[in-house]
Amino acid sequence: MATTSEPAFTSSSKPSSASLLSIRSVAKHFGKNIVLRDISLEIAEGEFLTILGESGSGKTTLLRILAGFEQSTSGEVWMSGERLDTEPPYRRRVNTVFQHYALFPHMTVEQNVGYGLRVAKRPVAEIQSRVTEALAKVKMSAYAKSKPSKISGGQQQRIALARALVNRPRLLLLDEPLSALDANLRRQMQVELKALQREVGITFIFVTHDQDEAMVMSDRIALLRSGELEQVASPREIYSRPATSYTAQFIGHTNLLRADVRQGTANCGALQWPIPLPDGAALFSLRPECIRPASASSSASSASPINAATVRFRAKLRDQAFHGATELLRVESDGGLILSIRTASRDLANSQTPIDDPLEFEFSAADAIPVRETSLTSNSNSGSNNEDGV
Amino acid sequence: MFSRAYRTAITVPPLVWVAVFLLVPYLLMFCYSFWSVSDSQAIVHSWDLDNYHELLTKPVYWQTLLRSMWIAARVMFFSMLLGYPLAYFLSFHAGGRKDLYYQLVIIPLWVSYLVRAYAWKTILGTDGVLNTLLQYVHLTRHPLDFLLYSPFAVVLTLTHIYTPFTFLPIYASLEHIPRNLVEASDDLGATPAQTFWRVILPLSIPGVLAGATFAFVLSLGDFLAPLLLGGPSGIMISNIVVSLFGAAYNWPLGAAISLCMLALVLGLIFFSERLEKKWSFQ
Repeated sequence: MATTSEPAFTSSSKPSSASLLSIRSVAKHFGKNIVLRDISLEIAEGEFLTILGESGSGKTTLLRILAGFEQSTSGEVWMSGERLDTEPPYRRRVNTVFQHYALFPHMTVEQNVGYGLRVAKRPVAEIQSRVTEALAKVKMSAYAKSKPSKISGGQQQRIALARALVNRPRLLLLDEPLSALDANLRRQMQVELKALQREVGITFIFVTHDQDEAMVMSDRIALLRSGELEQVASPREIYSRPATSYTAQFIGHTNLLRADVRQGTANCGALQWPIPLPDGAALFSLRPECIRPASASSSASSASPINAATVRFRAKLRDQAFHGATELLRVESDGGLILSIRTASRDLANSQTPIDDPLEFEFSAADAIPVRETSLTSNSNSGSNNEDGV
Repeated sequence: MFSRAYRTAITVPPLVWVAVFLLVPYLLMFCYSFWSVSDSQAIVHSWDLDNYHELLTKPVYWQTLLRSMWIAARVMFFSMLLGYPLAYFLSFHAGGRKDLYYQLVIIPLWVSYLVRAYAWKTILGTDGVLNTLLQYVHLTRHPLDFLLYSPFAVVLTLTHIYTPFTFLPIYASLEHIPRNLVEASDDLGATPAQTFWRVILPLSIPGVLAGATFAFVLSLGDFLAPLLLGGPSGIMISNIVVSLFGAAYNWPLGAAISLCMLALVLGLIFFSERLEKKWSFQ
């Protein structure tokens, strides 16, 4: 079941609340293999939505249904009050940036960009000016006469983008467009793509398996797991308030704490914290950066209101990995619980602590987020031979 | 990586083969084409261009060559007309049956050329299947005699025989077109017809050129179909070569004609390869 939260927009260009695209109970079966089940999603005008998922989660299939390359087995897709999924791809005001760009090798850059306008039989002068404008927008004017094989991957990427945007689609679909680029170029393109989306104001649906990319670029993330929507929320919310254990583990690192709730208190080994939940077993996600070395001062002033919900525990350092600005520690608490802790490097810089000496750590009870349990591995879809994005 | 002896062992036999069975015969033909035949039916090693002169001045030779080219051109045209749609259908619309259809196209290649040529003789003859049928349904009163022993019969038979040869390279080039290019064209608003003319056809041109070359070159050199089905009006240049090397016993003239055809064919292949290179992008 999808946990659809209200869109919490964080970007400065606040999308209007009008829904552009409405995906209603879409399912897709390939023979006996269920690739998508019961996907329902509203996408707002001007929104940057990322469909995030592992390979095989069905994200590319969903995108292909929106583009019209696949027919859904059941369900409907509507765009601005009109049925979309019954139209052939060439009649949809939807354009796609393909994973491997799919530039026409027998045409120049310019001819590629002008293709959509030419087949729509626009006047030559209009095609000329719109192509020039589109090439300028992606900073590729100098390459107008080149063949796609003569330009680099990053440049092909820009041309693919220009070729789609020149048609002024209502909706732009991007199928892992950055996956073939090297890390630096990729980061640069992420920023440029986001800026471009703000500038043109077109709704983007971006498919990726890279959670960092999703976090950086999106207004909202729709996380797919084995063909089902796991959670749809803004990057900030999906990170800080994951609804399920899968979400918590897939997006960033987390500690999953299996606790027993008794009379408003969660008990997990030696750790205890107040939680307004009914009695029974519960699973909590606690981000590594929410745990910090306990400061001597805070233990002295135990009367401060924060301390009421601060959980303190002693643990032995097992492992320490230096990551530059932060450091990832693995500690074992008195009860034998292994926890990951992310701390600013300077916090422990001076302490050459012997491994056996227990240290004191603390976290706020509010940071332990109760999550529904869902498996991390996508094996509920048996025999999934539809490889996503390959 | 491999020992010297091993490399010698695997490269020398094919080279010897090519030398003995290809280069030496061509060299002999080249020599023959300058020689002549004396009145007493002996080969005279005279080294002059008389044979080539005769080739250009006697109308029967260059007219037959032109007719052969015209027949070959028609075979090329009709086998493209059949082969391209077939290849297109198989590559894009055959779905799960693709392999089955592919085998069905290939199977005729296993049947002997002679059997297929004789089959057409049975079909097209005066008492053949086609004429009998036409008379039976009263479309004609008398058997149609232009069906057999005519250029028509030759073109029909050669088209039948060489269509799989044009189909194969076209099919291969269509299979090589990345399907996301077709999707991209759809996505950008092109109708299926526009996608065909603007994306699929241009990208399949190398296959079309290769297929056309096959059909033309193979038909141009054919002598069995005209022999069996061509009649006097369907004689092709190879039939002349055959008779010059056989009954007429004029090897030098036959060699000169053969070398001219070889030059023509090599020129065509060279030209078509150049064009193919120009049109290949992958």
